[in-house]
Parts: sequence; C-alpha cells; structure tokens
Amino acid sequence: MDNYEHLLSVQDLHTSFFTANGEVQAVNGVSFNLDKGKVLGIVGESGSGKSVTAYSIMQILAETGRITKGSVLYKGDDLTKWSEKQMSAFRGGGCSIIFQDPMTSLNPVFTVGNQIEEAIKLHTKMRGKQATARALEMLKLVGINEPEKRLKQYPFELSGGMRQRIMIAMALVCEPDILIADEPTTALDVTIQAQILELMQDLQKKLGMAIIMITHDLGVIAELCDEIIVMYGGRVCERGTADEIFYNPHHEYTRGLLRSIPNAGNMKQRLVPISGTPINMLNMPKGCAFCPRCDAAMKICLEQVPEELTINDSHKASCWVNVRDAMMQKKEVQE
Amino acid sequence: MEKLTRYIIKRVLLAVLTVFIICALTFFLMHAIPGGPFNREKALSATTIAALNARYNLDKPLPEQFLIYVRELLKGDFGVSLKNGREIGTIIKESFPISAKLGLLAVTVALTCGTVFGCLAALTRNRLPDRLIVFFSTLFTAVPSFIFATLLLLVFSIQLGWVPVWSATSHSYILPVIALAAYPMAYTTRLAKTSMLDALDQDYIRTARAKGVHRWKIIFKHALRNSLIPVITYAGPEIAYIITGSMVIETVFTVGGIGSQFVLAITNRDYTMIMATTIFLASLMVIANLICDLLYKAVDPRIQYD
Amino acid sequence: MDIKYDANGMPKKSPLSMQIDLSKFDKATDEEKRQQDVMSQSTTFFRDGMKRLMKNPLAVISMILLVVIIVTIIVVPMIVPYGYSEILSVNGRRDKGAKNMPPFTYSEMEQEYIANGGTRFPHIFGTDEQSRDYFVRVIYGTRVSLAVGFFASIIVLLIGMIYGSISGYMGGRVDLIMMRIVDIIYSLPDMLMVILLSVVFKETIKLPAGSALSALGPNMISLFIVFGLLYWVGMARLIRGQILSIKENDYVLAAKAIGAKSGRIIRRHILPNCISVIIISTALQIPSAIFTESYLSFIGLGVQAPMPSLGSLANYAREGLQSYPYKLVFPALMICLIVLSLNLLGDGMRDAFDPKLKR
Repeated sequence: MDNYEHLLSVQDLHTSFFTANGEVQAVNGVSFNLDKGKVLGIVGESGSGKSVTAYSIMQILAETGRITKGSVLYKGDDLTKWSEKQMSAFRGGGCSIIFQDPMTSLNPVFTVGNQIEEAIKLHTKMRGKQATARALEMLKLVGINEPEKRLKQYPFELSGGMRQRIMIAMALVCEPDILIADEPTTALDVTIQAQILELMQDLQKKLGMAIIMITHDLGVIAELCDEIIVMYGGRVCERGTADEIFYNPHHEYTRGLLRSIPNAGNMKQRLVPISGTPINMLNMPKGCAFCPRCDAAMKICLEQVPEELTINDSHKASCWVNVRDAMMQKKEVQE
Repeated sequence: MEKLTRYIIKRVLLAVLTVFIICALTFFLMHAIPGGPFNREKALSATTIAALNARYNLDKPLPEQFLIYVRELLKGDFGVSLKNGREIGTIIKESFPISAKLGLLAVTVALTCGTVFGCLAALTRNRLPDRLIVFFSTLFTAVPSFIFATLLLLVFSIQLGWVPVWSATSHSYILPVIALAAYPMAYTTRLAKTSMLDALDQDYIRTARAKGVHRWKIIFKHALRNSLIPVITYAGPEIAYIITGSMVIETVFTVGGIGSQFVLAITNRDYTMIMATTIFLASLMVIANLICDLLYKAVDPRIQYD
Repeated sequence: MDIKYDANGMPKKSPLSMQIDLSKFDKATDEEKRQQDVMSQSTTFFRDGMKRLMKNPLAVISMILLVVIIVTIIVVPMIVPYGYSEILSVNGRRDKGAKNMPPFTYSEMEQEYIANGGTRFPHIFGTDEQSRDYFVRVIYGTRVSLAVGFFASIIVLLIGMIYGSISGYMGGRVDLIMMRIVDIIYSLPDMLMVILLSVVFKETIKLPAGSALSALGPNMISLFIVFGLLYWVGMARLIRGQILSIKENDYVLAAKAIGAKSGRIIRRHILPNCISVIIISTALQIPSAIFTESYLSFIGLGVQAPMPSLGSLANYAREGLQSYPYKLVFPALMICLIVLSLNLLGDGMRDAFDPKLKR
C-alpha cells in the first residue's frame, strides 16, 4: 500500500449522466497523475467536463451520474471500488473540495462554527472545546479577522471573500492530502480573487497538500500550476507545464483560447474568438470533439479521435495537426 | 436582541389592529341589516324588548354603541343570545374546550403526520411508498372536509357501528379529528415532500457530502431543518383552516363545540351570537398567526426583522 | 523512424510513429464539419411546455375528464326531459310516490304509465325527497359550482392582476402603501368574513325578480363580492413579484428608452411573461372557489333553493343518509372529480412550464 507511484492517478476515466433525454457523456477518457505537494491545473470552458472529473474523484456526482469506465487510484488503491464507509472517510479526510459559489455552498441555517466543527468531528477524535479551538486555529490560518465572533455567525452575515475563506478553512481543517478547488474565484470580485489565490499559495507552502485547480481563467492557472491540462468535450486536449502550454501550444483548441484572450503573446494583434458553440454532450461525435469549431480541421479529424502523442518531456497533445506537421517535416527532410 | 423585541411589538400591534378592524367590520355589518340585528321574526314581549334595549343601549347613536360594545367585550361580556337569552360568554366557555381539544389534536396530527409522510415520499422517490403517498395526498386534497366527514360518519358510525355517535356521555374524537385533519395533512405532505426535495438539491448538501457526512445525517440534520421552513410557514393558514373546518365537522358529527354553535346561530339568525362568535374565532386566528410568525423566526435565522 | 521509450518502458508515441493515409490530411469542408455538430432543436417556450404537458398522463386524463364534464353539463339538459326544480308528474298528475327512489327505478305511477305504452326517461340517479329527478339536479349543481368557481377566479384574476401590476410597476411609496393594504386584508380571516357578508347580504340585497342573478340568490352574489373584496390579494402579490423581477430586465429599459408609455410596457412586455404563472394560479384557484361555495352551501348560505349546487345537494343528503346513501355519493363524486382534475391539471401545467425544471 505504501508503494505507489503517484498520490492520485486517474486512468481513462469515463463518466456519464443518464437523464431522461439520454446519456450525457460528460467525461470521455481523462487520465492524469498528481504527486504530493504539486499543483495541477485543469482548464476548459463550461461544459468541458472539468468539474465532473473532480466530482467523479470524490464520488459526489448527482444521482443520475456514474463512472462508466476507468479507475481512480489514490495511493495505489482504486477508489471506484471502495465502500461508502471508505469513501466517507476519504471525503474531507484524504481529499477535500471547495466550490465555486460559497453563498449557496454553506448551509444557511447553521453557524459557521457548527459547520467547521462538523468536519472536525467527522475525521478526527477531537470534541467539544478541543474542536472549537481547532476551528479557531483554522480561521486564523485563512486570515479571517475576529475569528471568535465569526464562529457564531451565519453565512449570510459574511462577505463573499470571507465565505470562501470559510470554505477553505472547512476543507483544510483535517489536513487532507489533496485539495480540489472548483472555480474558487469565479464568483468573487477581482481584488478578492487575488487575495484568495495568494492565500491558497500560502497554505500550500505551509500545509504541503497537492492541489487540483479547476478554472476557465488562464491567468489564474499560470501563477499557481506545476502542470496544466486543457480539456474540451470531456477529453484532455493537451497537457504540459505552464510555459509549454502558453508559449508552445500544440492543440488547435489551446491556440484558439490563447488567441481569444489578451496576453503577453498577442498584445499587438486582434483578439480572435473561437467560433461556434460548446459541444452537445448528448451526441458525442466520432472524431475529435473540437472539430466543428476548428479552423484547421481535416478529414481525419472527422473520423478518428486523435491519440495522445508526446511533443517533448513535459508536453503531450492530442491533435491531428501535430501528426500532419511531423509528416510534412519528415517529407522536407527527405527531400 | 433589541431588533427582535421591536419586531415582536410591531407584530403584536398589527395583530391588535386587525382584531379591532374585525370587530368594527362585524359590528357595523350586523347593524347594516334592515331593522338591525335585533330584528326578529317572532314578536318578543315588551319586557324582553326593554331588557334588550337597556342591555344594548339601542337608543344611543351607532358609533357610541360600538365603543360600548368593545368596552364590554374587553371586560369579557359577550352579550346575550337572541335565541335563548343565555349569556354568550357562558356558551363560549362551555363549548370552546371541546373545540379546542378537537382543533389541537387535528393540528398536531396534520403537522406531524404530514411532515413524516412528506419526507418519506421525498426519500423513497418514485418507489412504492412515494407513489402511494402521492396518490392518497392528491386524493385527500380533492375531498371537501364535510363530505369526507359525512362519509366517515356513514361508514364507521352508522353502517359498521365501530365508532359510537357523539353524545353527552360518549366523546369519540377519532372520526372528527381524521375528517378535520385530512386536508391539511395532505397539503402538508405535498409541501414537505417538495421542500425536502428542494433542499436535497441545494449546493450545501453537496458540500456536506464532500465533507464526508453520512447519508442519514445529511437528511436529518442538513436537509430537514431547511425543509421545515415552508411547512411552518403554512402552519398559520392551517390553523385558520381547522378553525373554519371545525364548524362543519362539528355539525356533521353533532359535537357540541363552538363551531356548531356558530352554524346554529347562522341558521337561527341569532345575530348577537354571530357577532360575538365571529369576533372570538377571528381573534383566535389572528393570535395563532402571530405565534406562527414568531415561531418561524426561531427556525430560519435569515429572516430580516423589518 | 526513431522510437523513444519513456520511463515505464512503453514506446513513446511520437507524431511520426503513426501509419496514416496522407489524403486524410486534406482540410475538412464546412459542410462536413456541420454534420458533426448536432445541436439540440430550439423551440419556443410555449411549445416546449405544451409538449411536456402532453407527456404527463395524469394531466392529459384530467384535461379529457374536464372536457367530458363540460360537454355533459351542456348536453344533458337538452336530452333529459326533467327540469331541476320539476316535481315529477305523470300525465299532468303529481307523482307522490316518486320520492327518494334509488337509481334506475320507476314509481308505481310511472310503471303503470309505461305498461300502458308510454315512454319515460330513466331516472339515472334516482330522485330526491321532493320527487325531483336527481340526475338533472346533480348536473345543474355541477353547472352552478363550475360557473361560480370560474367567475370567482376571473374576478380574482382581474382585480389581482390590475392591482399587482400597478403596485409592482410603480414601485416606491405607491407600492409600499398598496402592499400594506394587502397585508391587512391578507390577515383578515376570509371564511369568517365571507360568512358574515353572506348573512348580511341575505337580508339586505333585493334582486330583480326573474333574472339569472335572482335564481342564484343573494348568497352567490355575496360570494362574488367577497371574492372581489378579499381573495385577490394572493394573485396581486404573485403578479407584483413577477413584475418586480421582470421590471429590471433590459428589454423593458429599451422600451422605455424608445418612449413607450407605462401602460403599453405593462401590457406588451411584462404581462406576457407572467402568463404561465397566471394560468396556473387561476387553474388552482377554481377548485378553491368551488370548495368555498360548497362549504357555504353546506352551512345554508349557498345558492337559493330550488337551484341546486353540489354543496347544497350534499347537505340535503345528510337527512336519511342511512337509507339513501346515493344522494350523498353522486354530488360528492362529482365535486371530487372536478377538483381532482383541476388540481392535477394545474400541477401538471406547473411542472411543464416551470423553467427551473429544465435540466
């Protein structure tokens, strides 16, 4: 059990929702590894399957959702095969998650202290005054002022930034190995966003947990992450370090994303949005999910899902354009 | 805390105002009848007329009569029944305890059973218990209480003889309570089910799951508190319903409560009785609403004291 | 070709390690791309809702049932030769023996008449204690109950809508005052007020003889008046809430910017968006009105005899309940069917048109 390769290893994960309208294939073959103390970023549009991947790991999918294929190895153990009891211990204990909207994510009829202490009582043996002390400690750690007062307050009495800090405190109070942050800053003001990100970086240094940061904001990703994966249509398009992704993109979708937002690379150029609308997961196409919106689409893109190929040591991508470029290069060399 | 007391005072004042308006409405409406509320079909003796005149100050101008009436009310003097000359206050004192018992039983049954069934339905969604509960609760919201009461009386008291008919010696509350509680219970069941399902759908339930809270604790701690809020909000109208419903139920089962007295008063055109009973029952409703409103605060901390 | 191996000893897939037909690398045309992209059909809100409603079996059954009932109450009086207040007579002579007959039986006089070659329409529900055909009375009772329920709901709808839209649209102090009035009216116990007013109106209102109104009696008029006075508050609050949320939308702002007047804005932009809410609320209001009417009839404050209503029929059935239970069963069944169908239909509509349920 102690001899594992990666802290978390997601292998060929497929998750679908079985709705009245049919099977929505939200995740279609996602794989990645997460090591201790590292930060992984998952980038993609709404509907790309990023959140569902996270919920699959924690097994908190909605009633209609199920993992249909693949495995999730936590310290070498496949948690898709775990019992409910084991999963309960894992949630909040081994791995925690914070959500996008802190207002609706906190129970409105219980005090903040009650909710944090609940997490403490579930995963540790601390009770009573001990638990309260620990909660206070955590509040101080996430930078909340007047922590004793806050413990007795209700979520609606606090600001958005403070609520998110409470969520973080609640998630980290049992010192999990992994923290999943699902769009933690999207619902907050820009100034608060920066604060929260700084806080997360700070906590990561102090507590040493691994983080999976899910977002659609490329700026956020660049700061924090050791490795980034770009997702579209429930699949991984490209993975690599921040530098590789930003300065050496090898997938049409990534290129499209970078062209459409202002960054250092395209300051003098016009922004080009990606045409079309996000894919409908009810009917996944035969070939590449991005094909209908891709300017460089080729006939093979329509027919076959691109395989993941290695660009260099720290960079992999799944795009037929790379194969074409490589073959053309080879032809030139030969000629 | 200061805000809370201010709110309570405000609500109490509003309640008092409402009762006052009701008194005024009742009084002036009754006197709008041609010949006034003392217009009787059979002629009364001169002494009775004189007594009534003296008692009710009929020679004074109307607004003054009203004020005197209110003053008497506050002293506990409800006037005299036209039908039999008895003190209305006494009649109320005799009949109200029965109605109160009936009403309280009905409210308790409706609220508790309704909540339990509603939550059960929500938790066993689309399976047999849910379907059965939905079927019966839909059915019972379609049957008027007095028809249900009459049917119950017919089947269980008359034809089957399982339950004795109400009399001075035998007080069987079971059938009247069932008849009275049927509709509110059905309504509460549907309400509880919807709000439980709603609560289970919320983000904070997802957070609780993500923290590792066990399934039953999620339901009983996190979801239940939130889903009780709409149910308690309905408690006010429910009590009002039970008060008005008791009138017909008591009539059907020949229970001698204040409700049946009211119906008798209407049939007999006993106007003084109608006035007094209306004011009494209306005040009850207003007080009940007030209590529910304040109770509601205790459950939901979000409510603003405006 | 160079094949590299990664740390696990697996061949690293490099772009060059694939064997692919070169022609596949031609650009895909727009046409081909479009075929891949299957988007869900967009329909209007109304059509979408109707489609969903039709899929709901209970709602469909309710609709059919209601239509059947309405057709029945229109058609039956044309077919059945008895009037609702007509005391049965054979050959012009009062049929005294035709009291309280069970369904589908004939009195002695009638049997004699038939034996002598006459035809007599069967008494489908039997007769009541005054020798009147019960089937016709139940049908007329249904008419009255439905009509009362319907018109009362319309009154509630109109007043509530007007009051609510003005209050919601005006906002500010006007809104505040109007809502305070609503609060006070809301806290009055409605049933008691209805009873009170009914008692008063019975004595005070004199109606023109022979008109439809007088046939219904002053009690029904007082019912309508009370509905108009008290019951609209729920609808007003609902409408006001809708308007408050729509008012701030951009398209209203745009209309204002072009110079549209308030009345026009309310009519053309705001109200259409409330339609589904209004319809559902009205559909659920009708059973409530029918309940109120039957309750009043039960106490004796209902429609004037001899006009029947389902509630008064149920009340009269209490005498002799043991001997003639059918007199209770038929009107009771009718009330239940009507109320049940309206409730199920209202519920079905709410489920079908509720945008929140579109997952």
